[in-house]
Amino acid sequence: MERIPILKLGEILLVTIQVDFHDRSALALQEDLTQKIVDYSSKGVLIDISALEMVDSFMGRVLGNIAKTSRLLDCNTVLVGMQPAIAITITELGITLKGIHTALTAEDGIELLNTLIQNGNNGQSKVFGKRRLYL
Amino acid sequence: MTIKSQEERAIANENDIADVRNSVKRIASLLNFSLVNQTKVITAASELARNVLEHGGGGNVLIQLIAESNRTGIRLIFADSGPGIADKEQALEDGFTTGKGMGLGLGGARRLMDEFEIQTPDGGGTTVVVSKWLDKP
Amino acid sequence: MTSETASPLAKILHDSRSEILDEWINQQLSDPERSRSVPETTIRSSSEEFIRLFEQGSEKGNLSDLTKPEWKDLQTMLTELSTSRAVQGSTPTETAKFIFSLKQPLFARLNARAGQTEANLIKQIVELSSLLDKLGLHTSEAYQQSREAIIRRQQREMMEMSTPVIKLWDGVLAVPLIGTLDSARTQIVMEALLQRIVETGSKVAILDITGVPTVDTQTAQHLMKTVAATRLMGADCIISGIRPQIAQTIVHLGIDIHDITTKATMADAIKEALTQGGWKVERKSEKATN
Repeated sequence: MERIPILKLGEILLVTIQVDFHDRSALALQEDLTQKIVDYSSKGVLIDISALEMVDSFMGRVLGNIAKTSRLLDCNTVLVGMQPAIAITITELGITLKGIHTALTAEDGIELLNTLIQNGNNGQSKVFGKRRLYL
Repeated sequence: MTIKSQEERAIANENDIADVRNSVKRIASLLNFSLVNQTKVITAASELARNVLEHGGGGNVLIQLIAESNRTGIRLIFADSGPGIADKEQALEDGFTTGKGMGLGLGGARRLMDEFEIQTPDGGGTTVVVSKWLDKP
Repeated sequence: MTSETASPLAKILHDSRSEILDEWINQQLSDPERSRSVPETTIRSSSEEFIRLFEQGSEKGNLSDLTKPEWKDLQTMLTELSTSRAVQGSTPTETAKFIFSLKQPLFARLNARAGQTEANLIKQIVELSSLLDKLGLHTSEAYQQSREAIIRRQQREMMEMSTPVIKLWDGVLAVPLIGTLDSARTQIVMEALLQRIVETGSKVAILDITGVPTVDTQTAQHLMKTVAATRLMGADCIISGIRPQIAQTIVHLGIDIHDITTKATMADAIKEALTQGGWKVERKSEKATN
């Protein structure tokens, strides 16, 4: 089982999730990320899911947990590259991705993270009003 | 209704869930579903397979290509011999707006598919049958 | 169990096939109620194929049970025929008449056969008539089903046309919703909107519900689903066009719109969207240049 590579870009950690992302890798990713956030005192995590073809409730929980643990470590999480088909399916499933910000592209995501970091983590994002909570 | 083809997949461990997803994807793509509908089918399959593993102690799934006079579709039959579900109604209810119920995934799977049926006889074991149709244009 | 009519039927088909075919075709062509939607060449080729498969089906001697395999090819041919006639604009009557008009030439030949008792002739006619009736009804059913499929497809196309996603400005999309927002419509809106968001990189989508007659709990849920999906993509929604009655209904029903921004008019929504996007709109100086 391959562990997903985590790249460091200044205060931000970048993670790109591959297509054949098995369920066990998700838990390994959680551990690795948490460790690296502490090691590098990272302030932001960018998770690129553009290669993912599906997100089920298990994956939703994993992503949610990543966001929660990051928050506790004073780190923000932004998800980018969600495909429309997945957004629609997740919504129908009723998965909540509470505490995770989302952005359309990697550039948008990094911009958002920088803004969040500047404004101080755990504060409201001033960029686009109330965009933090999802149904 | 006729069954044009059928494959069976065992669900005994974590790896099998991904295997089920891949098999469903392969068979669903034979049918020309829109990307959204294909994603829904694969996601529902993943949810139900996980249920079989986590609540049913393992089981299997039958992946069928089905056809009626003017439409074709895909049908998935998940079966386990676990304890069964005591309260079906409650299991299905998870309320979209409250966002609860990531637990059993049954309600979600039902919303993603066209047809949904669940049998959980007193003797134990659970069978879930879901299908999605492709309308011929 | 071989039908007694099978043998005389086989005989007349064998002996007088081309005459029967000609008579039948002529009868179809000379029908005063015939629509021009089906060209003569098609009538000829369909009739020929029908007789061929009809002969094939009746060879086994079973003239009553159409579910048996020997009749499968004919059934398939008739289903395809009905479907293409439906698409061509032919009527269900005309399509069924295709079959019924074969009775005349067949009965005439049965009647003309020597050495028949009246009782036998009547039996044969009844049995043959019953067989052709079943085939005729089959075409009507197939015709209906294909009409329904056409209607469903047209409905979908209408829904797609009536939910355009408009790019108002850089990063701002608008979706004017007209008519009731049911779950099928919502799916189409979500797919179209999210696709446009990806294409244009827009961050705000204005959902205008001025044209939505009533908002009940279901409609509200559909709206919230659309907003949720949009947010998952990294964009957000503003709901505009909330009429006073709608506002009251929403409160009355106890629907909680969570934290979605709402505006009474599209104009207000546009102002909000532009502001959020960091745009400022200024009026140029009033002084005209002389």
